[in-house]
Amino acid sequence: MIRLTGIQRHFQVGGETVHALRGIDLAIGAGEYIAILGPSGSGKSSLLNIIGLLDHPSAGQYELDGRDVTALADDEQARVRREKIGFVFQFFHLVPRLTAAENIALPMVLAGVEPSRREERVAWLLEAYGLANRAHHRPDQLSGGQCQRVAIARAMSMSPPVIVADEPTGNLDRHTSQEVITLLESLHAAGSTLIVVTHDPSLGARATRQLHLDDGLIAERPLPDSPAD
Amino acid sequence: MRIADLSAFTWQVMRGNRGRTLLILLAMGIGVAAVLMVTALGEGARRYVLKQFSGLGSNLVIVLPGRAETAGGIPGFITGKTPRLLTLDDALALARSRAVRRIAPLIVGTGDVHWNARTRESPILGTTADFIAVREMNLAQGLFLPESDPHHGQPVCVVGARVARELFGHTPALGQWLRIGDRRFRVIGVAAPQGESLGFNTDQIVIVPLAAAQALFNSEALFRILVEAKSRGQVAAAKTDILEIVKQRHEGERDITVITQDAVLSTFDRILGALTLAVGGIAAISLSVAGILVMNVMLISVTQRRREIGLLKALGATSGQIRLIFVSEAILLALAGASAGMAAGWASQFLLGHLFPSIPFAAPWWAVIAAPATAIATAIVFSITPARQAARLDPVAALAART
Ligand SMILES: Nc1ncnc2c1ncn2[C@@H]1O[C@H](COP(=O)(O)OP(=O)(O)OP(=O)(O)O)[C@@H](O)[C@H]1O
Ligand SMILES: [Mg+2]
Repeated sequence: MIRLTGIQRHFQVGGETVHALRGIDLAIGAGEYIAILGPSGSGKSSLLNIIGLLDHPSAGQYELDGRDVTALADDEQARVRREKIGFVFQFFHLVPRLTAAENIALPMVLAGVEPSRREERVAWLLEAYGLANRAHHRPDQLSGGQCQRVAIARAMSMSPPVIVADEPTGNLDRHTSQEVITLLESLHAAGSTLIVVTHDPSLGARATRQLHLDDGLIAERPLPDSPAD
Repeated sequence: MRIADLSAFTWQVMRGNRGRTLLILLAMGIGVAAVLMVTALGEGARRYVLKQFSGLGSNLVIVLPGRAETAGGIPGFITGKTPRLLTLDDALALARSRAVRRIAPLIVGTGDVHWNARTRESPILGTTADFIAVREMNLAQGLFLPESDPHHGQPVCVVGARVARELFGHTPALGQWLRIGDRRFRVIGVAAPQGESLGFNTDQIVIVPLAAAQALFNSEALFRILVEAKSRGQVAAAKTDILEIVKQRHEGERDITVITQDAVLSTFDRILGALTLAVGGIAAISLSVAGILVMNVMLISVTQRRREIGLLKALGATSGQIRLIFVSEAILLALAGASAGMAAGWASQFLLGHLFPSIPFAAPWWAVIAAPATAIATAIVFSITPARQAARLDPVAALAART
């Protein structure tokens, strides 16, 4: 599904070059549940952004669904992102002036999905994620947990095969974190490939495979029993 | 992205930033209204002047004493200089030209017109029998001045409709004797109401034979000679002949000015048309000022909405879509502002029309099209930079923005 070879990412800061990723080789199979762990600054977000096609690697090759997506033009990248990737962010990133339903519909609006099909899908997502009675609330009228559920519903609205989540519980208390993780795991159970960046080792332990990043490199090999592709 | 969704999205942005939206609407609206207003004023003035001139007879050539100082200007009217007198005999000599059908020499002054105990100050026009034909004037009652030797005036007069009404009331005017200065005149005709043209209101004047007016005002000098050419095509020939004849009579000096109606009309038409265009253009510049405002407000908006832009990109928006979102916001603002401005422009035009009914205020068609078109074009042009800036944002950095 996802195959990274020799992925590097450098940032120029002033005169210096910061190596966020120093050569990542990684293969992720369809339907895997992966936790990316590591200390702050180890390159977790950088890696996730590259997997999510939000960022280009400085070097290396990225293959998604058998297609080389390393050097796609921005607009082509946007199209792949729209169809294949669902993002969940630490800070939810809901559009404040839009209602929960409108936020969830946003990817479909951008993709030009017909309003009738869109409404159907939004209604289904609201129902499935326990937000039915919050459809017309705006983000400032929702709790953090509800906001993140709206964000997950939005990530799922185009039914992408891959969900990437950068510290999805980083802004939530223990209880709501639990809720959100359960929800994400249910997506995995339904067949999505789930990649979660987290600081919390106990959350990481629930994944079927753990990736430990350290200073831009994968520090430990994947567990021996996890599939290689 | 569907058009309906795009406009809904834009509408939500506009509603979410009311102060900003109102500011741009106001700037756009004022600009559009200003274009409509000033062009309506200019066009009103142009039509007013044209109407005044077309009230004169056709094929008309006007001769005035004094030479034009500047080409295209209208001397005499402005300077009032009369270097050499223009006399009745000069006028009669013009009839020699084969291009000329009729002439009407004019003397103008004011005098107190008395009838019984009533007195009215009125412009007095001294002329000859052909005046009525040259000016294409109509009579309501009676006859015009009789054909006779213009050197000897009979004691008769023709009064304007308003003079007749105000002086005689319900008494029939015809046959009454009125007094101007120390001379008495019998009313033999009443002019039909005609209204104003070129400052002459025939409703208010009293017309007497030329010789009588010369005696009244104690002056031989003609104010104007109205000449009617035989046809429109003969106007130029008449002009040449007139200049030649008078030059001969004035010892080789070309000391008159000949104005043809066409020339005057087209001069005024050109001047006022150009003026309207110019002030309209200046008003349109105020629209581009509004455009700069649009650009600034949009640039701020791009900075403020960085995270949203990053998000849209993460959700699969292409650069084109991001640009479209910002440009369409500007277009929608311009459309709304232009509509408001058009409404305000029409309203004030309507109001002015009521206050000054004699001037036909109406924004010309090109301004009605150009004003909103300029607003929209300006909005598009000035939103391109902010839209591009938004589309170029790096999604990762935009999402991490602190605003
Ligand atoms: N835009 C950037 N410009 C310069 N350096 C950057 C940029 N983004 C990331 N870095 C650097 O790259 C390295 C990896 O950053 P990254 O955000 O991937 O770490 P992380 O593991 O997600 O950390 P955290 O747990 O704090 O989120 C860090 O040293 C960071 O300073
Ligand atoms: Mg991070």
